[in-house]
Amino acid sequence: MKRLAKWRMISMIAIITLLLSGCGEPFLSTLQPAGEVAKEQFDLMMLSVAIMVGVIIVVTLIFAIVVVKFRRRDNTIPKQVEGSHKLEIIWTVIPIILLLILAVPTVASTFKFADVSEMDKKNEEGKTDALVINVRANLYWWEFEYPNEEIITSQDLVVPTGQKVYFNLKASDVKHSFWIPAVGGKMDTNTDNVNRFYLQFDEQKANEAGDLFYGKCAELCGPSHALMDFKVKAISPDEFDQWVADMQSVKEPETAETPLAQQGQEVFNNSCIGCHAVTPATGAPEAARLGPNLTNFGERSRIAGVLDHTEEELKNWISDPEAYKPGNKMTNAYNKLTPEELDAVAEYLMNLKVQD
Amino acid sequence: MSTYAQKKGFGATVWDYLTTVDHKKIAILYLIAGGLFFVLGGLEAMFIRIQLAVPNNDFVSAGLYNEILTMHGTTMIFLAAMPLLFGFMNAIMPLQIGARDVAFPFVNALGFWLFFFGGIFLNLSWFLGGAPDAGWTSYASLSMASEGHGIDFYALGLQISGAGTLMGGINFLVTIINMRAPGMTYMRMPLFTWSTFVASALILFAFPPLTVGLFLLIFDRMFGSNFFDVANGGNTVIWEHLFWIFGHPEVYILVLPAFGIFSEIFATFSRKRLFGYSSMVFATVLIGFLGFMVWAHHMFTTGLGPIANAIFAVATMAIAVPTGIKIFNWLFTMWGGSIKFTTPMLYAVAFIPSFVGGGVTGVMLASAAADYQYHDSYFVVAHFHYVIVGGVVFGLLAATHFYWPKMFGTMLNETLGKITFWLFLIGFHLTFFIQHFLGLMGMPRRIFTFLPNQGLDAGNLISTIGAFFMAIATLILLINIVITSVKNQKVGNDPWEDGRTLEWAIPSPPPFYNFKQLPLVRGLDPLWIEKMEGKKGMTPAEPLGDIHMPNNSFNPFMISLGLFVAAFGALYREDYNWGVLVLIVGMGITLLSMFVRSVKDDHGFHIHKEDLLNDDDKGGKA
Repeated sequence: MKRLAKWRMISMIAIITLLLSGCGEPFLSTLQPAGEVAKEQFDLMMLSVAIMVGVIIVVTLIFAIVVVKFRRRDNTIPKQVEGSHKLEIIWTVIPIILLLILAVPTVASTFKFADVSEMDKKNEEGKTDALVINVRANLYWWEFEYPNEEIITSQDLVVPTGQKVYFNLKASDVKHSFWIPAVGGKMDTNTDNVNRFYLQFDEQKANEAGDLFYGKCAELCGPSHALMDFKVKAISPDEFDQWVADMQSVKEPETAETPLAQQGQEVFNNSCIGCHAVTPATGAPEAARLGPNLTNFGERSRIAGVLDHTEEELKNWISDPEAYKPGNKMTNAYNKLTPEELDAVAEYLMNLKVQD
Repeated sequence: MSTYAQKKGFGATVWDYLTTVDHKKIAILYLIAGGLFFVLGGLEAMFIRIQLAVPNNDFVSAGLYNEILTMHGTTMIFLAAMPLLFGFMNAIMPLQIGARDVAFPFVNALGFWLFFFGGIFLNLSWFLGGAPDAGWTSYASLSMASEGHGIDFYALGLQISGAGTLMGGINFLVTIINMRAPGMTYMRMPLFTWSTFVASALILFAFPPLTVGLFLLIFDRMFGSNFFDVANGGNTVIWEHLFWIFGHPEVYILVLPAFGIFSEIFATFSRKRLFGYSSMVFATVLIGFLGFMVWAHHMFTTGLGPIANAIFAVATMAIAVPTGIKIFNWLFTMWGGSIKFTTPMLYAVAFIPSFVGGGVTGVMLASAAADYQYHDSYFVVAHFHYVIVGGVVFGLLAATHFYWPKMFGTMLNETLGKITFWLFLIGFHLTFFIQHFLGLMGMPRRIFTFLPNQGLDAGNLISTIGAFFMAIATLILLINIVITSVKNQKVGNDPWEDGRTLEWAIPSPPPFYNFKQLPLVRGLDPLWIEKMEGKKGMTPAEPLGDIHMPNNSFNPFMISLGLFVAAFGALYREDYNWGVLVLIVGMGITLLSMFVRSVKDDHGFHIHKEDLLNDDDKGGKA
């Protein structure tokens, strides 16, 4: 009997898993886990769903019998039953057992996901061997600082696959929450403290998702909360190292090549550079990093996190940010640009690339 | 006192309701005000669903959407669900324990008017520069950053209405402890009374943390303190704790009375006593107790650490046990019974699978490590709507049909009632079931729009279609109420014919003194016991005598009005010179009214024995 129950449970998990894994897009859905953390959370989900479907089946059976069999047919008064100790003990004890089955792996996983001891192990240089990324959430944009590599990027998080990536999370204005659904659960970026957790990105799943996962802000943070998206480029460790090297090689703002781009750089230096850096250096204090770092803007996947990465959309965005992200901090932070200046700036920005 | 039976003019009726201290009239006031706010919150819900029907929709703007979602949540919880429950508690609980009114009729009226003025104040924000926009949870960093006066309206409005709720809760507690009829021991109390008792105890302990949190927010925003200002050493996580120490028990404050309502309905229409009465009582108390131990499960992703998360995860799972006990006891109440599918019974029957749906997702959410995925996604939205609509709103709709004859003396139309039921049931599942999957597919909650090509389009459209079913159902219910009120066909003491508890032993609606003679209670389901012995009604426990009644008073209205005025002063203190003056005038009105109440002796009046004898046609004979 016991073995039968176990077999039923496993087959139920299998069926449910099969049904659910077709749900959603591979770059966004928690039901198509693309990393160790998401996978374990998915398994926990399936375990709880299986237990719960079992409960639902029992309730539904009794429910159906009751509703069909005990309809009023005549005026006889049914026997007044006070209760049944046996039955009441059964439906107290069985749920407790079911909950224990769920509670044990829950507690185990909770502690496992909180294990960030690697972040505290510093080598001689005072750096960690593990890859650490400092995430700073701002009103409607994300900054990613790689303290060991001493580079900063924004909006597009670049990570290597197949290894644990550790995150320091905080917010600079109001509370946000850092969530890459396909890769693992979220964690809040508080204004009060730094939260820490880790994620792992699976290479094969990353390929299936087109090497680009969607990240979301999961905590209401103002009008454009819905548009506070970021993207995650999960690439092989070699490619990642190359990318880091490319980023590190940018010491000075790169000089634009075409005349139009040079004109754009001039406009940029007059209007934009107060908030947007074009070198990945980590030296400037956080309070001075008012807008997303644009060092590798030309290689990003979206404009402002949500618009297509085209020159047209870029010009739309710069000429009226409020129309695309209400409540953002860029609106009115600079003088209105003429169409010619817009063309020039767009040309300049789209050519900001580090991977030559 | 036969004047009470006479027809009154419109003005006199209004004045009567403005000054009433009768629990049955206050119940009607709660029902009207709560119903009004329910419709308002429902409209806001429709705007939300229309906006999210298709990707990149621009039906409402981003900022306005946040105001709508905040007001939807706040209105539905504080101004619709709770007052409507308070309405039924007020109308029915004193009758169920054989009392002539609540313990403090004056405080009862004061509680209503505070709630009412608080609710009006909050909603006036729509016309005075914009509604609050930080969600019903109003997390501190966002609410501190929110511009305009929206959050000020939220904090002050909830403070005023919260005071009313707290008073109501204390009043019910005292009533149940002190005013039970002879023979009505605790373990003979109907389940609705029990759940009112436990919910009131929860209110007593849960509202003070909210009051503290709101005061800190008011001080920070309006009087320059720094409790939540991180730069000055404040801490915003404190708000999360204070809010959820209130917020989680609040869920049980809402759902326990609904459980009570369903318990009455199951027993009544199955013609069977409640299966496992003592374990039902025990489960209710246990849920109330555990309800205070689990608040941090709303904060699993805040970063409290694995120890806190693990403890709160296991504690949360534990609540499933007493809840499960209840579900099975209801099922076995029906088992072997003689079930009549009236409209209230349909809601009760549909409640079981709907609420089990909400319950099982609750257990899933309790699993902290997995909750990192569910948290703040549409999965959570689906979960709490399954609990609150499938539990509380179904309970309210069931109670509306079930107790309408007792409150108004006339039956709501059953056919229309059943149409409402089916539309609402289908609409509810259509709207919210799919949202579980939207959440798992990566849709965060509280987003004003979503981009196409994320696999979220179909689910959102289905959800919106479902919402329209619920809206139509609500409209039909309103039509039903109008038709029924116009026809006004009077019914007798026990219109459902299967009444078991004391309220069905007296006329519908009951005379203003409820029981001419207090009844003698001989066991659980007292009326049923008498019926089974072939008696028509209850045996009186006392000889016919004079009845002492309280006088009406306009003071509760004035006290509440004063706070309402003062709130405007606090809100505009920094903008205008007259702010401080208005603050002082408002507090003055309140304090003066309280002073008048304190120094003016009011001994009430007596209904004389002779008048009661003449009143025979009105029944009230126990």
